Amino acid sequence: MKLPARLVAPVAAALVLVAAACAPQTSDNGAEGDDRTGTLRVWLFQEVDNRPKEQVVDAAVTAFEKRHPGADVQVEYIPVDTRAQRVKAAFNDPASAPDVIEYGNTDTAGYVEDGGLADVSAEFAAWPDARDTDPAARASVTVDGKVYGAPLFVGVRALYYRTDVFQELGLRPPRTQTELIATAKRIRAAKPGLYGIAVGGAYTYGALPFLWAHGGELATPGGGSYTSAVDGAAARRGIAAYTSLFGDDNCPAAKCASMGGNATVTAFASGRAAMAIGGDFSHAAVEAGAAKGRYAVVPLPGVTEGSIAPAFAGGNNVGVLRSSSHRTLAVDLMKSLAGKDTQRRLFDAMGFLPTYTDVRAEAARKQPFVKPFIDTLAAGARFVPASPAWGRIDASLVLPTMFQEIVSGRKDVATASRDAAQKMDAAFASAAG
Amino acid sequence: MTHDTGRTAPTARRGPGPGPGPGSGTAPGPSPGRPLPTATASPFPSSSRRRPRRRPARGLDGGRAPWIYLAPALVVLGGLLVYPVYQLGLISLLEYTQAQVSGGEPTSFQGLGNYAALLRDPQFRQVLLATVVFAAACVVTTLAVGCALAVLLTRIRALPRLVLMLAALGAWATPAVTGSTVWVFLFDPDSGPVNRMLGLGDFSWTYGRYSAFALVLFEVVWCSFPFVMVTVYAGIRAVPAEVLEAAALDGASQWRTWRSVTAPILRPVLLVVTIQSVIWDFKVFTQIYVMTNGGGIAGQNLVLNVYAYQTAFASSQYSLGAAIGVVMLLILLAITLVHLRIVRRQGEEL
Repeated sequence: MKLPARLVAPVAAALVLVAAACAPQTSDNGAEGDDRTGTLRVWLFQEVDNRPKEQVVDAAVTAFEKRHPGADVQVEYIPVDTRAQRVKAAFNDPASAPDVIEYGNTDTAGYVEDGGLADVSAEFAAWPDARDTDPAARASVTVDGKVYGAPLFVGVRALYYRTDVFQELGLRPPRTQTELIATAKRIRAAKPGLYGIAVGGAYTYGALPFLWAHGGELATPGGGSYTSAVDGAAARRGIAAYTSLFGDDNCPAAKCASMGGNATVTAFASGRAAMAIGGDFSHAAVEAGAAKGRYAVVPLPGVTEGSIAPAFAGGNNVGVLRSSSHRTLAVDLMKSLAGKDTQRRLFDAMGFLPTYTDVRAEAARKQPFVKPFIDTLAAGARFVPASPAWGRIDASLVLPTMFQEIVSGRKDVATASRDAAQKMDAAFASAAG
Repeated sequence: MTHDTGRTAPTARRGPGPGPGPGSGTAPGPSPGRPLPTATASPFPSSSRRRPRRRPARGLDGGRAPWIYLAPALVVLGGLLVYPVYQLGLISLLEYTQAQVSGGEPTSFQGLGNYAALLRDPQFRQVLLATVVFAAACVVTTLAVGCALAVLLTRIRALPRLVLMLAALGAWATPAVTGSTVWVFLFDPDSGPVNRMLGLGDFSWTYGRYSAFALVLFEVVWCSFPFVMVTVYAGIRAVPAEVLEAAALDGASQWRTWRSVTAPILRPVLLVVTIQSVIWDFKVFTQIYVMTNGGGIAGQNLVLNVYAYQTAFASSQYSLGAAIGVVMLLILLAITLVHLRIVRRQGEEL
């Protein structure tokens, strides 16, 4: 078939383009230089009520620009929902990427694996503020012994309970997990319209304290990678304790199996549950609901009397991108944004729990509401495995699937935890290989 | 239906070309006032007469003209269809995760490794089976409901017809996310009106695997039957009145008329709506994602598209996600080709 002359040129051009684009794109994330002046771009998360956060950040930025004449900082607030795409896009296209980003601490290892975050171990070690960083927060910026950012705030969960219900039934806040389960079932028996404690099959971070309190682990490090431990004997006891809360005698599986953290907090806030595991960040939601003024918070109890179940140390970090061409400035800006001063003001403005033990103690004195959360952190919070595989395990819903299989009666604890451990090990292996 | 007079013969002769389909069913008949010089305006003999006369002219052009006319379409198709499919196929042969995209690790060629991994994955096989069965159920139900309501439309008066049309168009126009959210709310175990009306107490539709699939099926059928209904209705209205009249005069029963007259004339329309429905329902994503919270309890309601999304985007395994995409593409192509062959064998041409 003969192609007409006027067609040949565009077709040839198209073919050349196709040939040039033959391989899928791969970008080079190495930094080109270290300019001491110019524009620094910052991405921070957009909060529900962002104004107070903006004011704190603006103050920190103004002080930074005063210290570094010639530096111009542009802050952009990105929606939390679409952060994954935005950050991936930034890693893929260094030219339009920011210099400094805020990121969720469970993403740390994944971003490091992706080659997106700069190693700031030396600067972090030399930074006076960092000496008071609490160990769980430090773990959340550390991968393979190297530091990839500064913790900005921590989020931690504790036990919300309805004071009016407890008073009416003559109950006291539970002091062990056994007592917690018994209390929940007594409330449900006395008030069938209420969940004793709202739990969710997809609420991983509400379930993990049970696993940890029984001495279980998500995974154990070794040989540069991790091995899943959710099928260990201690972990299985914790899983059994948590899943025993699903049933008609507390939280019927038909409704609670699909619930996540927000749904359980909503159930509590709207007055449908007598207890729930909620974060310091759930405060506003509960205050806005029917439970307002009729609740209190205590640390989630551990196995033994008076102990506190280890909580998951969630929260956000601030890091510098490897592709930044202003590394020194960017690291300094990171310190300004995550330093003690800014964290103190962020707590006042937004209620974000500081990552420094001394600043946190001040916060507890100022705002008694956060005391149970700070007590929980002081008792030793835990973190997810610092492996790039965690992102995939999280995204492919390995743990929610395990809990849901158990509470829906499809598998027993031993089988479900063994299957979950296999999936986790496969993810760890492919991340290491 | 004023222009139907001249259409009897061409419909029977030209077969299912685009002419008697949904869009042009009534309006552009051979109306005498239209200044159309060619086939559309003149009745059937022209189409057979003109062909031999044109052929030599085409030969003189050496095949250039068609290519020039096709060029814009080819460029668009090449850019928007062939190239992405080519990239999809290529990525499915590589190891390509976020680390490779952002340059943290080198890209490596895996051959068919991703496909082998998929086939070894019991969850993939189970999701594939669920998708096929679920899509088949959706297609059958959608076609049945759509055709039944289309027939109903031809039997009722103008006002009820208008009401039914508007209701269907409302369902059609509703965005899938909105529709799904509303359905979840309607079937909510605590506050949903459906459970209250049916006296189901606090039965949770999304807890059981089959009830969850049934709930999603209702929603899928609800939002896709209007297309079938409107298309088939247009097809029925395009059936020439005198053919039906002749059948009636010959004493054919309703069923016989449908089987021997209406259905054969509607076949191209039915073909289009079936293939459309197969493709839509096989690729269903939003309804499952929204109504079962991303795949249901312990992943019991996963379908391929949601599974591919979880694999490719949530866990950044783009190459595995691409392999799932290729498998879906091949299955849909196979279904469409088989369907076309069956229809051809029955004497229709597309």
